[in-house]
Amino acid sequence: MTGNMLRWELNAFVGFIERQKNLYRRYWAWEAVWLLYNLVSVLSIGYLAAGLSTLGLEKGQAALHQTQLYLLVGALLWTYLSLVFFEISFAITWERWEGTIEYTFMAPIKRLTHLLGVSAASLLYGMARTAIIGIGVVLLFRIDLSHANWVTALAIFAAATLPLLGLGIFTSILPLLSPEKGEQMAFAVQGVLLLISGVYYPISVLPAPLRLGGILSPLTYTLDGVREALLHGLSLAGALPDIGILLLMGVVLVPASVFFFRRAEIRAKRLGLLKRSG
Amino acid sequence: MAIKASELNTVAVELHGISKRFGQPARRFFGRGKAKKVKLALDQVSMRVDTGRITGILGANGSGKSTLIRILATLMTPDAGTASVFGYDVVAQPDDVRRHINRVSVEASFFKEMSPWENMLYAARLYGSGGDGTRNRVEAMLNRLGLPLDTLDKPMKQLSRGQQQKVAIARSFLTSPSLLLMDEPTTGLDPRSKREVQELVRSIRRDRAATVLLCTHDLQEAEVLCDRVVVIDQGRVLADGTPAELIRMHAGKTDGSLEDAFMALTGKRLEEDEEEKEE
Repeated sequence: MTGNMLRWELNAFVGFIERQKNLYRRYWAWEAVWLLYNLVSVLSIGYLAAGLSTLGLEKGQAALHQTQLYLLVGALLWTYLSLVFFEISFAITWERWEGTIEYTFMAPIKRLTHLLGVSAASLLYGMARTAIIGIGVVLLFRIDLSHANWVTALAIFAAATLPLLGLGIFTSILPLLSPEKGEQMAFAVQGVLLLISGVYYPISVLPAPLRLGGILSPLTYTLDGVREALLHGLSLAGALPDIGILLLMGVVLVPASVFFFRRAEIRAKRLGLLKRSG
Repeated sequence: MAIKASELNTVAVELHGISKRFGQPARRFFGRGKAKKVKLALDQVSMRVDTGRITGILGANGSGKSTLIRILATLMTPDAGTASVFGYDVVAQPDDVRRHINRVSVEASFFKEMSPWENMLYAARLYGSGGDGTRNRVEAMLNRLGLPLDTLDKPMKQLSRGQQQKVAIARSFLTSPSLLLMDEPTTGLDPRSKREVQELVRSIRRDRAATVLLCTHDLQEAEVLCDRVVVIDQGRVLADGTPAELIRMHAGKTDGSLEDAFMALTGKRLEEDEEEKEE
């Protein structure tokens, strides 16, 4: 790719981030509602853990506190991961709904630029929104993060970005190929990830077939690693296996998802599925 | 991306035997399963469009006009035949084609909550600009289109249909396309907005030496705007020539109109088709 072409693609990449920023700003009321919904969901999980003592399930104050932390970190991470996943996988659905899908698809840019631009905006927005909820949770539940190893947590977080992008792009193929049912199928994928990735429980409690799904899900390693780093101060060296697995998954998933997206685009063009309403 | 003067008087668009059908017969198992209706949208369409001209594609609803535009815009692939834009094949070289084209569709495709400025900035970014000076260019363009500048930062959904269509045209100008694909750009506009948009189409050719492919079912519009008109019906090209040639050859009378020629060629009036569709 020559310098001019690279500049052209970078300019478009910025354009996608700028567009998403404008959309978030213009739909601020909706975004506020979703933020509140996410906050309430995370708080509910926190109070669920606090309420376990009234059911006589706790063995001691320390164990209860650990359970609360375990669930809250899971809820917070799921908020972030599901938001980013949703934003990427629904990029196509959104453009169909707005009626701009054809305009974006006939622009003289690489599809990779399009997908990475939308993904970058989603990651930035997901981080900002999760940070707001996280601050609220830390203040409300007086969470003790004095043992947390933030460097390790951030390293795992960064490594998880790649496979998360890959999964999101893979799922965005569904609304591309099925204008009527793709959106619902993307929701189903999100639900399955919640079930198998150990968001609120270790995957060891799952039956064998679901546990296998959990082992293959990059979210499992993200949740596991970040939890360990925040709650038990896992060192960077100790997190290297998880980071390695996540990077490996990313290296496989991102090119594969872009490849299959391109194939899906060719099929959509053959079948005339790029029309705004399908 | 504007074409060079040396590229004028060349072929802008070339189609050879383009066919496109929608729907596939359902696979039937043991005689069960519902058969899907198959529609032939384009049937062996061949034509050439010269650079720097306004060429009209005249046809009723469902005649294949929009399918033709989508194929040229690289949004759809033909089942058979070849199509090229400035020598670039639309299937094999879509990136090269996209750098030379833009499209104004019957319904302005915008992010409705975003303002005209935000939508145009997005378009500029996709087409290699969007830096300093873009705002001034956009303002100058909208001013020329007679759009009040206070609309620039309002959400698109607050603009009238005519205003939205003007923004769509301004957006296409912003990218300086060599080939502008216009799919019924004046449908649903009030007479004044319609006249203004038509004047703009003329100015594109006059000022920018751009090629315009204008799909319309407005016969009067085709007659006053187009250097050449291609009549299509049920996916097939029925006639191709200047409005005067078509009238002379097909209207059947000396003081005939393009509508008379269209009726003689297709056996129906465009208004009839509209009424049938509404029913």
